[in-house]
Amino acid sequence: MSFASHDSATRQSQGEAITAEEVAASGAVADEDAARYALILGDDALMLAQRLSAWISRAPELEEDVALGNIALDLLGHARFLLTYAGTAWHRTEDDLAYFRDEEEFRSCRLVEQENGDFGRTIARQLIVSIFQHEVYSRLVHSTDETLAAIADKALKEVAYHQDHAIQWTLRLGLGTEESARRLQAGLDELWASVEELFIDVDPIPRLASVAVAPSTLREPTMARLGEIIEQAGLRVPEVGGSFGADRSGRFSEHRGHILAEMQVLARRHPGATW
Amino acid sequence: MPHPSTAQDSHAAPLRLADASDADAAAEEAEAGQARFDELIAEDSRIEPRDWMPADYRKSLARQISQHAHSEIIGMQPEGNWITRAPSLKRKAILMAKVQDEAGHGLYLYSAAETLGTARETFYDQLYTGRAKYSSIFNYPARTWADIGAIGWLVDGAAITNQVPLCRASYGPYGRAMVRVCKEESFHQRQGWEILHTLSHGTAEQHRMAQDAVDRFYGPALQMFGPPDTDSPNSQQSMAWNIKRFTNDELRQRFVDMIVPQAEALGLTLPDPELAWNEERGHYDFGELDWDEFFAVLKGQGPLSSQRLEHYRRARDEGAWVREAAAAYARRQAAAEPIGA
Repeated sequence: MSFASHDSATRQSQGEAITAEEVAASGAVADEDAARYALILGDDALMLAQRLSAWISRAPELEEDVALGNIALDLLGHARFLLTYAGTAWHRTEDDLAYFRDEEEFRSCRLVEQENGDFGRTIARQLIVSIFQHEVYSRLVHSTDETLAAIADKALKEVAYHQDHAIQWTLRLGLGTEESARRLQAGLDELWASVEELFIDVDPIPRLASVAVAPSTLREPTMARLGEIIEQAGLRVPEVGGSFGADRSGRFSEHRGHILAEMQVLARRHPGATW
Repeated sequence: MPHPSTAQDSHAAPLRLADASDADAAAEEAEAGQARFDELIAEDSRIEPRDWMPADYRKSLARQISQHAHSEIIGMQPEGNWITRAPSLKRKAILMAKVQDEAGHGLYLYSAAETLGTARETFYDQLYTGRAKYSSIFNYPARTWADIGAIGWLVDGAAITNQVPLCRASYGPYGRAMVRVCKEESFHQRQGWEILHTLSHGTAEQHRMAQDAVDRFYGPALQMFGPPDTDSPNSQQSMAWNIKRFTNDELRQRFVDMIVPQAEALGLTLPDPELAWNEERGHYDFGELDWDEFFAVLKGQGPLSSQRLEHYRRARDEGAWVREAAAAYARRQAAAEPIGA
């Protein structure tokens, strides 16, 4: 299987131009477990893209409208090819999976579902997620599942930029003014209980030794990197334990339903319609 | 001529002499500058930021370019309203990229306006305080998904018709910014057309949604070219300066001629019973637009005028602490780094 590596005229990111359409056209079919793993990665990307997109026209600077929009667009791209690939296992399209699954069928973690809050809280979430995703994709490029490896290769280049963006802002807010340091610290404190869920080897990951990256193996490098940057920004790593129910099931999230209500409203009002 | 100096103000005399000779030099420079400017305009060449230009030319351009930038920024709101609800992931991605492009257009245009000697912050302030104008069309709501199609097809279509001739505007930075803006806008227009085409050929309800959006956006889109020529006092000067190349009515006609066959291809009707091909003129005739509505919206009585401004103000206010932090960080970094390091 191969993906054409051409540049897209409308994109600023440097990644290979793998699209959801190319994943679909490649003819690769995910097996059930690989598909369920792709949903975990894809749902995180989709929920975060949905959250970040709400910043467009509301950012503190015009350059940030562009930057946050670009990050949201990258994540939406990742969601699209991950959901497309997952859907091959069940003859479902990316839109079937995004718009016609119910709350308990999504596998996103609670961290990406959190409300944006102020810019400090959004940057705190970006810092944690982008560092985690960078750890994931830099290993997933070696997956024995060729499609997942190709997707990871593309996503990695973009997530490296998201990580850089988050770190640059963490330093600016942490070392900027008293107020900015206070707000970023508050964002970290509020979100920290949701971090643990990132590292849980939920089903079917334990059965996917060479295909998936076991999140539990990423706890140490992710936390070390986060600690280093938070300290460099003059802030402290929150001393908050992970909250109960870290299983990506949606049974312990109130935000997911609201995100889906908004995202799915139009598509569900016109089932079967083409857009 | 300088006054003869007295003992009492002898210390001031050299200054007065300098003032006078400066004034003479400035007058000479202005005269030479005006001659050179006139020559450049006559040969349809470009004026660049360092060239001498009449104060009115500078002022008028700064107003026009910044209004255009403001329109891009406020224009992000109606379309942004549908990003989180876009009905497919592909449409969501396209819409996000489009709204992001608009922020980018705002950036190029503010940069072009800044070359005229006014800081970006000043333009922001003019928008924030409600002193600056932006395209009235964005004071209308984007109520349905089909509005996203109508905005792309009609609003971006009208904008392109207006902007293609601006690529040849006499002021270099503006013309060059418009080249890039136009390339992206034509992509946006095609996307809008495609959304409407899909809806028009979809379910009966989708078709109704598309027709309703076109019905609402048609009139305001035609008004984007500004008031009729008989009522547009600034147009003549702008054309003499080679900024504007065609009159409002000429551009409006060009736009109508373009969209009538496109509407037919879409399977949608345009809400004007007087719309008819005029063989003699070689153009479509169309009915009188509601200019009372246009001037009311222009004065801030648009359905969403307050909401749009409030949204912009809230974003500026809520982002103030972030901008302060970035500035404080930059100052600290500059102080920490020895010069030349």
